[in-house]
Amino acid sequence: MARLKTRLRDIKSFIIYRFVFLNGIISIIVLGLILAFLIANSIRFFLSYPILEFLTGQKWSPTVLEKFGFLPLLTGSLLVTFGAIVIAIPLGIGSAIYIGELAPRAVREILKPIIEVLATIPSVVIGFIGIKLLAPIIKDLFNLSIGLTALAGSVMLAFMSLPTIISISEDAINAVPNRYRHASVALGATKWETTYRTVIPSASSGIAAAVMLGLGRIVGETMTVLMITGNSPRIVFSWLQPVRTITATIAAEMGETVQGGLHYSSLFAIGLILFLITFLINFISDRFINKIRES
Amino acid sequence: MVGEGIEINKRRKTVMEKISYTFLLFLTLIVIAFVMGIIIYLIVKGSSAINWEFLSQKPRAGMREGGIFPAILGTMYLVIGTLIFSLPIGILAAIYLNEYASKNRLTRIIRLSIINMSGVPSVVYGLFGLGFFVILLKFGRSILAGSLTLALLILPVIITATEEALKTVPDSYRHASLALGATKWQTITKVILPQALPGIITGSVIGIGRAAGETAPIIFTVAAFSQPNLPNSIFSQVMALPYHLYVLATQLTDTPENMQWGTALVLLMLVLIFAVSGTTIRTRFRLRKKE
Repeated sequence: MARLKTRLRDIKSFIIYRFVFLNGIISIIVLGLILAFLIANSIRFFLSYPILEFLTGQKWSPTVLEKFGFLPLLTGSLLVTFGAIVIAIPLGIGSAIYIGELAPRAVREILKPIIEVLATIPSVVIGFIGIKLLAPIIKDLFNLSIGLTALAGSVMLAFMSLPTIISISEDAINAVPNRYRHASVALGATKWETTYRTVIPSASSGIAAAVMLGLGRIVGETMTVLMITGNSPRIVFSWLQPVRTITATIAAEMGETVQGGLHYSSLFAIGLILFLITFLINFISDRFINKIRES
Repeated sequence: MVGEGIEINKRRKTVMEKISYTFLLFLTLIVIAFVMGIIIYLIVKGSSAINWEFLSQKPRAGMREGGIFPAILGTMYLVIGTLIFSLPIGILAAIYLNEYASKNRLTRIIRLSIINMSGVPSVVYGLFGLGFFVILLKFGRSILAGSLTLALLILPVIITATEEALKTVPDSYRHASLALGATKWQTITKVILPQALPGIITGSVIGIGRAAGETAPIIFTVAAFSQPNLPNSIFSQVMALPYHLYVLATQLTDTPENMQWGTALVLLMLVLIFAVSGTTIRTRFRLRKKE
């Protein structure tokens, strides 16, 4: 009887283990499913549309001309992303150094929650503010006919990536052991020399990871760019022109496609490319983080 | 002579230091001004629209009059649905990682997958939700499909927060419970989870704050352009605040300005309430731990 009871108990805990395990690997399952779905739905596009024409095509006009050229979307995304990261790096790293290394404790306790609040503002609200406030400013400042440009997207995306960049950089700065600082000061360095010659180089891997993760946010951001970059899928090389990013294209066009059609399938195809790009960015930032752990 | 040189050098260094500090402070202030500017501006412009009618009435006259109640309610339904799906799975996943998993290759892959999941763009979740929940599982554009999509999106938040909470429970609790003859599962459900509860609540609240503000994942899976009638089942389409704001700002641009600002303000306040209560619970919990 007692043996039966232990046996039942063993079976029960085994079942529980299997069940918990299944939930434990949910992240792998979901990522696998997403990848499988993106591939399954984009196969029709890759099979029926010449891949070279897709990758080198200069026109994205899925309904009128039935042309699916990826280049305008790629240049749009690159332009907005590059602009955003150029703005975000000095602001993000600068603020992280100030908050992590220089600010008095009381000031830091005020600044940090404010930056956390920035992370919670929905992207559609940022896009709305962009339409109402930023676009008119850009329009007047550069004498344009329309303010909804790549620049508007870059500015807003830069700020949206800041919470990620600042908090991870600051963690990296805080993780630098105090004995480094003491040693530097003992050698006669000023506080500022200690900060930029000792602390920042020691935290550089973490700061690099922070920038990569910020980059991931910028590349994947959808609603803000959809609302404020002008929605024009043309190849341009100026920040003062309207553009259309990869993400915005998916969000803007998915609603009007015929399910299972070529256009529908093409949006899954660019979704697949987007997924792979962000996967790569995450992979690189993970490398940087591992480097910190090793050292 | 030499002493004078050092003195000048030192002074130059102090000047450099001053300039650098001021510059860094200036950069920080830009960021702070941006955040405060947005919030204050939204309050100033939006508060005139907010009254009881705006919050409790359906839209009228092609959404140019009346209120945004269906959008608020729709977002609430989505948030609840999201939690129903993501909470049990997220907690179990965290339990696996913290209580069962050994340090092996699989565990490393799981952790990498969680990081990657939080890096997947929200529009890709939208695509997946459309292909999988809406079309393949035939849920249609519905609360069910939208909630499931959002649940995937916030799963990494819930898993990470829960795991962090589980880690704070001392091993002595586990040993004591096991020594008293409890099974591992009894130990987890009766001893460890109650201890970790504040952390789990924090994660959930922060997660649903995110879910409430997301637009891209719900456009193709649940959001209705206009659906003044309240939903009657989980297969109904609903309006949602973020999508409603998107529609007002980009498609119905002739709607009264203050209705647009009002909608943006209500959405921001809703999300902020979630975020602030989440962090408050966390801070309280940390203080209690220290005592």
